[in-house]
Amino acid sequence: MSHDHDHDHDHDIQASVRRYLIVFGALMAGTILTVLASYIDFGHPSVNIGIALLIASVKAFLVAGYFMHLISERKMIYSLLGVTAFFFAGLMYLTLWSMEPDSLIHLKKTHTAAIEQGKPAEAANHH
Amino acid sequence: MVSFDFASMQPTTKAPHPGEAHEVHHEEPGFWRHYIFSTDHKIIGLQYGITSLLFLLFGFGLMMIMRYQIAYPGSSVPIVGGLLQKVFGEMAAGGKVGADLYNAFGAMHGTIMIFLGVVPLAFAAFGNLVIPLMIGAPDMAFPRVNMASYQAYFIGGIIMLVSFFLPSGPAQAGWTSYSPLATVLDGSGQTFWIVGMVFLITSSLLGAVNFIATVIQLRAPGMTWMRLPFFVWAQFVTAFLLLLAFPPLEAAAVLQLMDKVALTSFFLPTGLSVSGAHAHVSGGGSPLLWQHLFWFLGHPEVYVLILPAMGIVAELIANNTRKPIWGYKSLVYSALAIGFLSFIVWAHHMYLTGMGTAISTFFQTTTMIISIPSVIILTALFISLWGGSIRFNVPMLFALAFLPMFGIGGLTGLPLGFSFADLHLHDTYYVIAHFHYIVAPGTIFGLFAGVYYWFPKMTGRMMSEFWGKVHFWLSFLFMNLIFQPMFAQGMSGMLRRMSDGGVNYSAATHPDWQGTLPVSVIYGNRLISIAAWCLFLAQLPFIFNFFWSIKNGRPAGSDNPWEATTLDWQTPTPPPHGNFAVTPHVYRGPYEYSVPGHAKDFVPQNEPDKKTR
Amino acid sequence: MEIPYTVQPREDTGLYNAKVGIWLFLASEVMLFGALFSSYILLRVGADAGTWPHGLLNIPIGTVNTLVLIVSSVTVVMAWASLKMHNFARFRLFQACTVLLAMTFVGIKSYEYHDKFTHYEVVMKDGTVHDGHLVRQDDKVIVLKHAANYPSVLAHQHAQNEARRAHHEEAGVSHEHGDLTINRADTTKIENYGPWHNTYLAIYFTLTGLHALHVIGGALVIGYLWGPGAKMWRTEPERFTNRIEVSGLFWHFVDLVWIFLFPVLYLL
Repeated sequence: MSHDHDHDHDHDIQASVRRYLIVFGALMAGTILTVLASYIDFGHPSVNIGIALLIASVKAFLVAGYFMHLISERKMIYSLLGVTAFFFAGLMYLTLWSMEPDSLIHLKKTHTAAIEQGKPAEAANHH
Repeated sequence: MVSFDFASMQPTTKAPHPGEAHEVHHEEPGFWRHYIFSTDHKIIGLQYGITSLLFLLFGFGLMMIMRYQIAYPGSSVPIVGGLLQKVFGEMAAGGKVGADLYNAFGAMHGTIMIFLGVVPLAFAAFGNLVIPLMIGAPDMAFPRVNMASYQAYFIGGIIMLVSFFLPSGPAQAGWTSYSPLATVLDGSGQTFWIVGMVFLITSSLLGAVNFIATVIQLRAPGMTWMRLPFFVWAQFVTAFLLLLAFPPLEAAAVLQLMDKVALTSFFLPTGLSVSGAHAHVSGGGSPLLWQHLFWFLGHPEVYVLILPAMGIVAELIANNTRKPIWGYKSLVYSALAIGFLSFIVWAHHMYLTGMGTAISTFFQTTTMIISIPSVIILTALFISLWGGSIRFNVPMLFALAFLPMFGIGGLTGLPLGFSFADLHLHDTYYVIAHFHYIVAPGTIFGLFAGVYYWFPKMTGRMMSEFWGKVHFWLSFLFMNLIFQPMFAQGMSGMLRRMSDGGVNYSAATHPDWQGTLPVSVIYGNRLISIAAWCLFLAQLPFIFNFFWSIKNGRPAGSDNPWEATTLDWQTPTPPPHGNFAVTPHVYRGPYEYSVPGHAKDFVPQNEPDKKTR
Repeated sequence: MEIPYTVQPREDTGLYNAKVGIWLFLASEVMLFGALFSSYILLRVGADAGTWPHGLLNIPIGTVNTLVLIVSSVTVVMAWASLKMHNFARFRLFQACTVLLAMTFVGIKSYEYHDKFTHYEVVMKDGTVHDGHLVRQDDKVIVLKHAANYPSVLAHQHAQNEARRAHHEEAGVSHEHGDLTINRADTTKIENYGPWHNTYLAIYFTLTGLHALHVIGGALVIGYLWGPGAKMWRTEPERFTNRIEVSGLFWHFVDLVWIFLFPVLYLL
């Protein structure tokens, strides 16, 4: 490897290191955020769940994208992960649909029904 | 044990040179390093092959004993009755197959045939032996991982075998191990099954990673994706099925193990009572959860069972019709489609569990759709015969028989795919007939074909044509005699897993009951059992032929006795360590047979064009 | 013929063999943990209303563990970056930190497990329930400290299910100030908070247990590459760097799983 190449190489690595430290900060912040958010009562439990999963997904994206270099990775790896994600989603969603179909539509149904009947408290309190 | 003449398989990384005594880096490895702890894909393939063939024989033996009980319920089993009593004590009192023993043999027959027999033979054995050769690679991408995968398989197999000697016997809740039954049965049989499965799943996962990485990374220059022999595509898709579908079963196995050992209630519902007493478990679990996780693997598993055999059959048809396969692209896309769709059809094994109509319709729809690529593959293979100069050698006979047999097996699956028809057929002998047609005269015929075909590549000798034909015709006859009547038995209501062969539900025993099994069903049991024992006898020529021909078979005469185009036949016999002295270059597709203008009726993939020389 | 692309990437895929291999393996691991997460969801959604407990796990401890793993993810990628910059000493330092952090994680987890195994629920013959940590037990008595007393099993269950983040106070419950000695003869059930206690704890122990096994496995590999395996740096530096990258990928995956495990099991 030429001397110049080494320098470029090192520069790239330095830029990467900076990125790693920024991501580290973001991950710490995300962790604190998710713990704090869990203490807030948003009314409906599914809001808490949604927020927690959203923050977790962002953290996961940062780890996968930057620490695991996925953001600059090859198409082959993307397609593998895409296919895997599809099958995982299928496993979870189809099983849930088969076993607990109500869980997928129930909340929406009773929430809307309760609102229509003018019972926001009941809508908020449902399981 | 057999010893193969692998003297020419030098452990060097170069092609062998006689008399190179000054090679200091690699000494001749001892017996252990060469045959037992080998990292060479060909040795590992043979290890898988021999081990899985032995397990197939053992699983067959279990079934033969079961068939005696089905045919003559309550009678002492001849020949092995005494041995049964010695090993199993109470469960085989008087040399008879008691109900518990019947269940144990049934569960282990399924488990062993699928996970210790067919999959290791079809995927691991043939895949290891052939894939690196066919793509022009020196070995698998990860040779040591390859060795580890065989060792994990071996350990898993030992654990399964050892479970037969437990005081309360091996697993007894079907190869499907449904909870709560599997969890609440006394003894450690199920626990051994679970631990054995974890080893087997690990072995498959390691193998799948290896195969996929090898096909992606180690194809020789010029070996583009669309120049790959269909066999490689079939194995590639199979590897993906194993990679992504097995882990949920591993998760389920862990959960069931926790239920057994840590007294959790993953699959045990609240209010469970066992033997009349309330079970002391926390409850809150779901038996359905086990079923979903199991069948998420269970369905892709059946495509794991069929795809490699389809691959072998495709190779043989091209080779023995001396013309290209019809519809290569259709075959490839269909295999990919089958792989993809197989992940979203699983609950067609669970139509009777009370799922809602919407989700049931979803699974019925995907199940119907997945039959399309299967039919495309079968059709393409049939059409490939048209206009061919067919050579009716032994491998081709098995490959040809595969086509209608798989056709019967596949088509009889269609009624099962509809929930309204499945209502009547679920858990009957119809289902047994359906899947055995696919695996027995289907896959196993494809695998037999593969053994006869690649035998000369590994040994330099041909297996006896005469005894091969005897093996073929007798197996073909008896397999049909065994499984054809089972369709009728199932349709008349005979259920699976009945340890008395249905006698207690027969019209003869209870003439005043409605819906009993007719006399023909009970009588059919005897015919089927006799056919099964004859099928065993029909395998003896094969076993003898296999071992005898290693040293005494007719010499193959060349490195390419079948005059095949694929790279596996363009190597020395047997291929040395590293397979190819120099990296082969691929210039054309895999089925250049009877190309106009060529002197020979086949052009190997790595033969340069005369123009470019 | 040597196996190609063990170090140099293959042109059309742009990847070296081990990288393809590890991503394939990680895909299978996604399905493994995915199936367990799916099981968690199904068990929770399918549980009877009011029977799913909350607040059984210590959030500050879980948060510390989360931060421990995040830092270890940083050290593991910094170790690889150090090798790319040909700084072997830095690599050694960062990897040592990774292994120490891994051991810290497992240590904290063990403490948490121990805490659960010493936490007892005692149901008396008269239907009341005592819930507290074990001081000691023998074949005649069991002694709990800071026991909470509940009038019934149902009340006990209710208190645990309502003990969400915002509701740490358990109404209508009395607490013992000192140690409470209970005679075994007066009890119908004595059970600690192990995986057998309820499905929530079952899935908690299974998920975190399997995860911990992966932490240990990963730490062993990283430890080996820090120790005896590091010899390869002198003879084949690029191949060694690839090994560090591949083992790092596995480590990040283990961190990823925890990123989901923590909120799901501790916070929700």
